[in-house]
Amino acid sequence: MKTVSSLLNPEWYERYKKISKLNIRSSIYDVTNRCNLRCKGCFFFSSNEHQAAPEENDIKRWEAFIDRETERGVNLAILIGGEPTLCLDRVEAFYKRLSTFCATNGLIKIPRDRFPDMMLGISLWGDEHDETVLRGKDTFRISSQNYEGDPHVYYLYTITPRQIGKTEGVIRKIKDVGLKVHMQLLSNDEGVSGFSWTPEQFDAIRAEMDAMLDAYPDTVISSKYYHEVITTGKMLGRSFGWNECPSVTQPLDHRSPPPKRLIEFIRWASDLHTMHRCCTSETRDCATCKDGAAHMSWVMVNKRAHVRTTRDLQNWIEVYEMFAKLYQFMPW
Amino acid sequence: MTRDNSIDKILLRVAEIMIQELKLEDVTPETFDPVIDLVDEVGIDSMDLATVALVIRDEYRIRIDEDDYPKLTSVQLISEYIERKLKEKAAEGAAV
Ligand code: SF4
Ligand code: SF4
Repeated sequence: MKTVSSLLNPEWYERYKKISKLNIRSSIYDVTNRCNLRCKGCFFFSSNEHQAAPEENDIKRWEAFIDRETERGVNLAILIGGEPTLCLDRVEAFYKRLSTFCATNGLIKIPRDRFPDMMLGISLWGDEHDETVLRGKDTFRISSQNYEGDPHVYYLYTITPRQIGKTEGVIRKIKDVGLKVHMQLLSNDEGVSGFSWTPEQFDAIRAEMDAMLDAYPDTVISSKYYHEVITTGKMLGRSFGWNECPSVTQPLDHRSPPPKRLIEFIRWASDLHTMHRCCTSETRDCATCKDGAAHMSWVMVNKRAHVRTTRDLQNWIEVYEMFAKLYQFMPW
Repeated sequence: MTRDNSIDKILLRVAEIMIQELKLEDVTPETFDPVIDLVDEVGIDSMDLATVALVIRDEYRIRIDEDDYPKLTSVQLISEYIERKLKEKAAEGAAV
């Protein structure tokens, strides 16, 4: 029988021991149904999730809800929306109670005196041109001014097929403002013309993502195995999709046989009662889903399957470390 | 027929359940190291443990509290847990 220590040298074994102690239990929260942008292809609006439930406005109810979540065992709150920074009192209620990550478009600067070390992931959809086409403005110009050099911020760069050959320019811009970047791929939920992927484009962007990680190892938070899994949709010969997805809301998960999944994971709507199907769009076709967090989690929950060869296990460790860095369970 | 619930038999049976339920390769109940750390070394997770716990519960007719899962990190510890639960059950039965 293959064991972890038989596959790893002492250095890798130490890395493994560090992450094997982490017992991350995340859930996702829609903080608000509102946003100060309206991006083409935003899953939240394209699948009408902003109308799924009316927002809870009483901050006391939010606080009681978050307390119940911590009792349920959640130790990582991932805040999305809409735009969470439109409701800083709600964000603060999470931040005061548990490890909190906040996704934002970066247009509003959060006051660091209220949130000294909260990790922010700023969404970015490409260079100035693509940002303008898809989001109506060059958000980088504003967000980079707001957060230049902030050690608790990274860009969540959603790469579109139009970005092939252009990612280096974006990554260099991010490096120049002293921030980090994590890459994921656009799932073209609204079918915007020219933004759907072909197999050749997946090959090209995988090679480019690998090259960016090699060229900018201090700026790019990623792993080549993650690039492989997200571009091919394959892991250890298995295909990503509904039957394998780990990021389905647990009380709504009646799949049989049950796949490996995130324990107790729920994505809550902002009424604090309604649950969404999964970490992303209710209406997205799982066969073409490229959600980065779901792919990362897919690798992470399948640890035993990776206790197979040294390379497989090292791949698993690298993906887990990447996740732990992005959500501040370990330093950059 | 009464079942042989000596600790040696339980150890072998738990190893066998592990191998069958988790489809472990290159190992037999006899060669399964009972003290090997299942979580850190074999890579099993709480879902795997829950699967194994269900089979053990049905087979030995004992209750396994979910809160106890984190303590059950080797075949040895699982087997001792089963043995203790069986003794408690026998003592409860005798007291009635
Ligand atoms: S900023 Fe985010 S939430 Fe707002 S419309 Fe764009 S993608 Fe959607
Ligand atoms: S859309 Fe993506 S994240 Fe949601 S259930 Fe399907 S595969 Fe999983």
